[in-house]
Amino acid sequence: MSATSTPEGSSLWRPKRAASKRVEALVKGIFATFAFVSVATTIGIVLTLIFETVAFFSEVPIWRFFTDRAWTPLFANKQFGIMVLISATLLTSAIAIAVALPIGLLAAICLSEYAPARMRRWLKPALEILAGVPTVVFGYFALLTVTPFLQKLIPGLQGFNALSAGLILGVSIIPLVASLSEDAIYAVPRSLRDGAYALGATKRETIVSVVLPAALSGIVASFILAISRAIGETMIVTIAAGQNPSLGINPLVPVQTMTAYIVQVSKGDTPAGSLAYKTIFAVGMTLFLITLALNIFSYWFVRRFREKYE
Amino acid sequence: MTTPTPQPIDKSGFGTTGKFNVSLSKRYNFDKIFSTAAWVATLFGLVVLAVLLVDILIDGLGRIDWAFLTSFSSRRAAAAGILAPLVGSIWLLIVTALVAFPLGVGAGIYLEEYAKDNWFTRLIEINIANLAAVPSIIYGLLGLQIFVRWLQPITNGRSVLAGALTLSLLILPIIIITTREALRAVPDSLRQAGFALGATRWQVIREHIFPIALPGILTGTILALSRAIGETAPLIVIGAVSYIAFLPELSPKGLQSSFTALPIQIFDWVSRPQPQFHTNAAAGIIILMVVLLIMNASAIYLRNKFQQNRR
Repeated sequence: MSATSTPEGSSLWRPKRAASKRVEALVKGIFATFAFVSVATTIGIVLTLIFETVAFFSEVPIWRFFTDRAWTPLFANKQFGIMVLISATLLTSAIAIAVALPIGLLAAICLSEYAPARMRRWLKPALEILAGVPTVVFGYFALLTVTPFLQKLIPGLQGFNALSAGLILGVSIIPLVASLSEDAIYAVPRSLRDGAYALGATKRETIVSVVLPAALSGIVASFILAISRAIGETMIVTIAAGQNPSLGINPLVPVQTMTAYIVQVSKGDTPAGSLAYKTIFAVGMTLFLITLALNIFSYWFVRRFREKYE
Repeated sequence: MTTPTPQPIDKSGFGTTGKFNVSLSKRYNFDKIFSTAAWVATLFGLVVLAVLLVDILIDGLGRIDWAFLTSFSSRRAAAAGILAPLVGSIWLLIVTALVAFPLGVGAGIYLEEYAKDNWFTRLIEINIANLAAVPSIIYGLLGLQIFVRWLQPITNGRSVLAGALTLSLLILPIIIITTREALRAVPDSLRQAGFALGATRWQVIREHIFPIALPGILTGTILALSRAIGETAPLIVIGAVSYIAFLPELSPKGLQSSFTALPIQIFDWVSRPQPQFHTNAAAGIIILMVVLLIMNASAIYLRNKFQQNRR
């Protein structure tokens, strides 16, 4: 065959341009709709929460929500002090954070700075296995292994308590802190470390005074994500911390977090439209706003303090 | 450039001119303590993981036999089995995959291949980042309101379908992100070559880009699904029940039947006071972990195969 095509040959080449264009537009439209589903999810979450929360506050004055000192919406004498649930949530989260932040950050430093490349390659996936353990399993572990163990050390510890729930909650978010912080630390350019070494700093001094400040925005982002995970986590605190709404910060007694309350009401057969049904949305709204505020803060912080290196 | 200004390391005496004292041995001691602490912290997580696994194996392994796998739940701990939750979890897994995979991959293809940098794209991107920080129990509230109440004519209330749709929305952001990463890894020259031959964008994606990206997408999807299988809170909120003595039919009607799942059954057994039920819970956890292990192993297998082909 010669390079120039014959009239017959060219007649075989009939691209269906109109059809192609239609398919192209159709595909693009469908996929854009799919992409919009994620936005619709957010809109759905916000509308759902607002709708039922407004219905809740039409029955319960908002000042009672913030000033009542007990949380008893399921009893005859109804009180709606959200602070009771918030204090429990903050308590378990604070214990978790006290465990996860130092250990996670040190693990990140170890993975990035101390571990040899070969070791890092299997240490990181091993930590990811820890991240993949379902939280209901951690709940079992906290209630049936950690609590009995701690009861031998701390005599006053009750069967359900914030302490062991918080400790195991902390363990469950270590991989998150370690993995995200490690990414940030690993991204700090080698030249900064070399500069510090050239000035006579030791390895620890280099890490603490040069590498960590340079990776600060990424590390803080990982911390905030971990805090918001701890606040929103459900199964560990439901199983191990108990269902007893009480105001206070004693970690040795049963408490009820916001998430545990939602589970408690959901497990019973609550008819839609009842006041109990509305409370779980009001509590959910509070939880959503807290995590949203953390997220916005993280967004602001990262943009404000990000270090850029060529 | 916003390189931080180098701070003088005063603690070690660098800044104090005249009294220059390197005190190296002391600083090296601090270094040793620091690196030991870092190693201890790294191993801490792994030690807890090992203790957890061994503890659960000791508690539950003796309880697993054929009867446990093939019996329905019961009020007597010794007679209770895990058949309904196991089948329920598999149902959820399949339906969630069927919903979330096309949605997530389609959205990922749109964002990576079609979308220009405009307000719509930026909205979706910020939105996906935000969704990742929303607690899973909030998705349960969404599912309760939308799928259980509003769409009751379709889902029949607290059904397999409502549960699977809720889980799909939960893992959708993860699938979108992994799809985009897999597509980004495909070299641009392939697209250019396709366009040069007169193919439309969709033809190039369908015939060339997508097949290359598929193993990466599948790996991410399996990991996302394994997360969905372990999720408990959203399913409790939308109303999974812990006592079911039948299996959903293999038909659209089965989608509308009420359901239970492995984590729900485990939660129910853990919350009971009798120790025999705790043994059941441990046995249930072993089954759940085996399911997760199989899924993760297949994801790793796919990833390895993928990396070999690329070479």
